[in-house]
Parts: sequence; C-alpha cells; structure tokens
Amino acid sequence: MKTDQASLAVGGTGTLSRTRVIRKIKAMLIRRLLQACGLLSVFITFAIIFILFSESLGFFKEVSLIDFLTDTQWTPLFINKHYGILPLLMGTLLTTFIAVVVAVPLGLTSAVYLSEYASRKARNIIKPVLEILAAIPTVVYGYFALLFITPVLKNIFPGIAGFNALSAGIVMGVMIIPLVSSLSEDAMHAVPNGLREGAYALGSRKIQVAFKIVFPAALSGITAAIILSLSRAIGETMIVAIAAGQQPNFTLNPLVPIETITAYIVQVSLGDTPHGTLEYKTIFVCGLMLFIVTFILNVVSFKLKTRFQNVYD
Amino acid sequence: MSTTNHQPWLKKIDRYFSYIGMFSVSFGLLVLVVLVIDVFSDGFGKIDLQFMTSFPSRKPEMAGILSAWVGTIWIMITTALICIPLGIAAGIYLEEYARKDWLNDFIEINIANLAGVPSIIYGILGLGLFVRYMQLGRSVLAGGLTLALLVLPIVILATREALKAVPSSIREASFALGADKWQTVRHQVLPAAIGNILTGVILALSRAIGETAPLIMIGALTYIPFLPKNPVSITKQFPFLDVGLQGFLDPFTVLPIQIFNWVSRPQKGFIACAAGGIIVLLFITLAMNAVAIYLRQKNQKTW
Repeated sequence: MKTDQASLAVGGTGTLSRTRVIRKIKAMLIRRLLQACGLLSVFITFAIIFILFSESLGFFKEVSLIDFLTDTQWTPLFINKHYGILPLLMGTLLTTFIAVVVAVPLGLTSAVYLSEYASRKARNIIKPVLEILAAIPTVVYGYFALLFITPVLKNIFPGIAGFNALSAGIVMGVMIIPLVSSLSEDAMHAVPNGLREGAYALGSRKIQVAFKIVFPAALSGITAAIILSLSRAIGETMIVAIAAGQQPNFTLNPLVPIETITAYIVQVSLGDTPHGTLEYKTIFVCGLMLFIVTFILNVVSFKLKTRFQNVYD
Repeated sequence: MSTTNHQPWLKKIDRYFSYIGMFSVSFGLLVLVVLVIDVFSDGFGKIDLQFMTSFPSRKPEMAGILSAWVGTIWIMITTALICIPLGIAAGIYLEEYARKDWLNDFIEINIANLAGVPSIIYGILGLGLFVRYMQLGRSVLAGGLTLALLVLPIVILATREALKAVPSSIREASFALGADKWQTVRHQVLPAAIGNILTGVILALSRAIGETAPLIMIGALTYIPFLPKNPVSITKQFPFLDVGLQGFLDPFTVLPIQIFNWVSRPQKGFIACAAGGIIVLLFITLAMNAVAIYLRQKNQKTW
C-alpha cells in the first residue's frame, strides 16, 4: 500500500512536471508573441528612418547640402532646376505660425475656462463636442478653407489670391484648437486642489487662482501641448495642399500662394515622376526634413509631459 | 492692509474672463456649424441614388461616389483586421507583461513619437515598404497596411489606458485561484477592458477613413471605374460560389481622395460633387465618433 502510494506519487509528479513544462513553454511563447507586437512599433520607426535616409543619400550625392540649405529657389520640376529648401520651409513656417496664433489663445482660454470656471456637467458635454473638431477629415477643412474662408477674406483683403497661406493657416488653427485645449486642460486638471484651496483661503479670486496658481503649476504640461500642436501644424498636409497653393515663394506675405513641404510632397506624388529620378528623391528629402523637425518637437513635448506628471503623481 | 476681496475691479475681470472663456469654447463650435451649413448648402442637392451608385465621370452631373465609398469600406476592413490584433497585443504586452526597464521605456517613448509623426510620412513608409519593397502595388492591401501602421499607436494607447483602468484586485483574485498570467489576462482583464478598447478602436478607424495624404503617397488612384473583386460572389458555373481574396490586391480609391480630386478641378459642377462626397464622409466619421462617445459613457465603470 505504501509503495503503491509512493509510486503513484512519483508518477504523479512526473506527469505534473511535464504539464508544468508545457505550461511554461506556452507562457513563454505567448510572452514572446506579445513582445514581438510591442517591438513592432520600434521596427516601424526604424523602417521610416531607413527609407528616408537611404533615398535622401542618393539626393545629396547630386545636390550639395550647402545649396540645399541656402538656395532660395525650389524648382525641381522645372527645366532650370534649383534645390533650395528655404521657400518650402518658409511656407511651412508661415502657415504654422498663423495656425498657432489662432489656436493657442483660443485653446488656452478654453482650457482655463473648462478647468476652472465651467461646471463639471458643462465640461463633460463640451469636451467631447470640441473633440469633434479634431475628428473632421482634413480634406473637409481644405474644402472649407478654399471655398468659404478665402472668399470671406476677399472682403477684408481685396488683393488676396485664390490660394493663400492665411486661409489655410486660420482653418488649420481651428483644427488644432481641441489639441491645445484638451491637453492643457488635462495638465491644469492634474494640479492638486490643495494649491487652489490655499490660494482661495488667502482671499484670491478665481482669475488669480487660474492665472497665478494653476497656470504656472501646469506650465510644463501646457508647453507640451503647444509644442505638440506646433508639430501637428507642421505636418498637416491636405489643408495646405488644397488651399495654400503650389508655388514655392520665398515670402512672408500671407496673401499670396505659397507651398509647404507637405504640399510639395503631395504635388510630386500626384504627377507621374519616374521612380529613381532626382525629382522622385526630393519626396524623401522633404520627408526627412519633416520627420526631423516633428521628431524633435514630439520628443521635447513628451519629456515635458512626463516631467510634469512626475511632479504631481 | 488691503485684501484682494476689496478690489472690485478683480470681480469685474473675473466675470469678463468667464465671458471670454465661453466665447473661446463656442468659437470652435461656431466654425463647425458654419462648415456643416456651407457643405450642406453646396452639396445636399447632389445626394441621391444616382450619386451613390455611379462611378466617377468626366461630366459632373454623371459623376458619383460608388467606387469611393466601396473603397473606403474595403480599406476600413483591411485596416481593422491588421491594426486590432497587433495593437491590442502590443498594449497587453506593455501594460501587463513588460518589466520596467530601458527597453520598455524606449518602446513607450517610441510609440508616443509615432503617434505624432505626420500622416504623410506614413505614406512615404507605405510607398517604400509595401508598394515597392513588398511589391504589393497600389492595392487595397498596401493602403490598409499603411493606415494600420498609422493608427496603431492610437489602438495601443487606448488598450493601455483601458487595461490600466482594471483594478489590480481582479488580477490578484485570479492569481489566487491558480490562474496563470495569460489565463488572467485572457479571461479576466481583457473582458473587463474590452469596452474601452473598442472605443479606441472605433476612433482609430474613424481617423483612418478620413486620411487622404498617406493614400495619395502610395498612389491610390482618383479615377477608378470599377470595384475591388468581392471575396464571395455567385457564379453561373459549379460550385456557384467564387471565394477568393483577389480583391485585396486590386487598385482602389477612397472618399477623401475622390473629394480632393473634385476640389482641385476648376469646373463649377465638381464642387457640388465634392460637397456631396463630404456629406457622406462626414456622416460616416461623425456616426463612428458618436458610437465611440456613447460606448465611453456607457463603460465608465467605477470599480
């Protein structure tokens, strides 16, 4: 009887250890599979960098970096070819600047209002509705800029061209209002109530609490929001491709047609530029410029945001 | 000693600011209303059966959005099939499995960065990786893969948020009953989080169907007078059913590209076509967002 039990026990542990091994292998496989999906995002980043760099290298074999950065003409699709990125960069900066001038004041006052003034109920309704602004496809905004805002602007500036940086910039600004307001509101919301209550106890009014206590305390989160919206505006494509024109003018005049980096990329890929030509490679050079600028802005924004979170967590 | 309460001008400023705040909040909404009215007045008359069931045409009065909306549905399904499993799996790994080490930090900052990469860059990636390197051509599959990569960060972040909201007591109870990690995730945590994950997935897909630039990059055409081949179709010969995935390799167009094409034409008649397309696109986008918001409200559980 005793030996029976012993042998049973031995056999038992034998099968038990086998199932345990199978279970362990299964757990490891699942873990590896999930990890592979997590690492996919890293692969995507490397694929983007590889593609942009490898094609850009071919471009810089034929065009010197100095010309690229200092020439004030960008005419790769003409007979007299110039490869100066400055006009495209200027166009991008111009539309982005206009967008930020529209979005930051409106977005920040909305954020302060929602965070400090509005009732909880009002906020729960207003926030999702504002998000709709960010959900509208950009091609729709492009249509709106070209066929509604530009004609309206014609009444104010009679000399304005059919394609111009101003209307594209304004509409782009409206599009990024929710980005600025929602992220800044999150940052202000995260400021501990103790700070507010302390200020109220000292006799402060709401406006003082909002701008002297909450706003400075949330400043790094707010800065992160603004930088992120800047990066969004720089990378925005369809609004400027439709409403801002396709003429790389080296100008700061918002009333004339310009061309942004993104609009140029669209312009080339709509035509039938043969694969492998220098014109074709300009897509990747422009993409690389865009990637570098937005990458820096995104990383700065991310760092600011995490630093902010660490302070109050 | 003067206290702030005795400064009446502050009270006034306080009130003025609340007006300014209300104005700022309503400004965006005002633009939204004007935009919708503008689009409807331009294109509402265009919406009819003929517009929905016709291919694009050189004559504006004959043109329709059949290939565009069918293409949009193809692309949406393809994108969903790719990004949902990958995104949820990555989210589960980061939230439930990953150790807090440098690799995890790196993946995290990487995903945050990918979420901010301009969509046109994903188009360049799709062009280089799927269209040229993998030789998928200008197909539904290439477009779906490109958009899946584009919205992957959104799905991952939504999954993580949803998993984070599940209290650890549920995991601990499951472990205490002898379940292993995967069983816990599969049978306890994931079902509890699925509503919020679904919200994120719907938002991601609604973003994907509105995207124009990446699909222009991979060369989605604007003039497509045919549809991708149906996966299941009825034939006259035995076995009377034709099942195949050929459609995923067919060329396509989508609503935003068709709209862009019409907006860039000088003829007046195409403006109405563009506006009609926009109404359909807006309807789909806003409906998806409404469903997502509804699901989010419904799933706001307090544990």
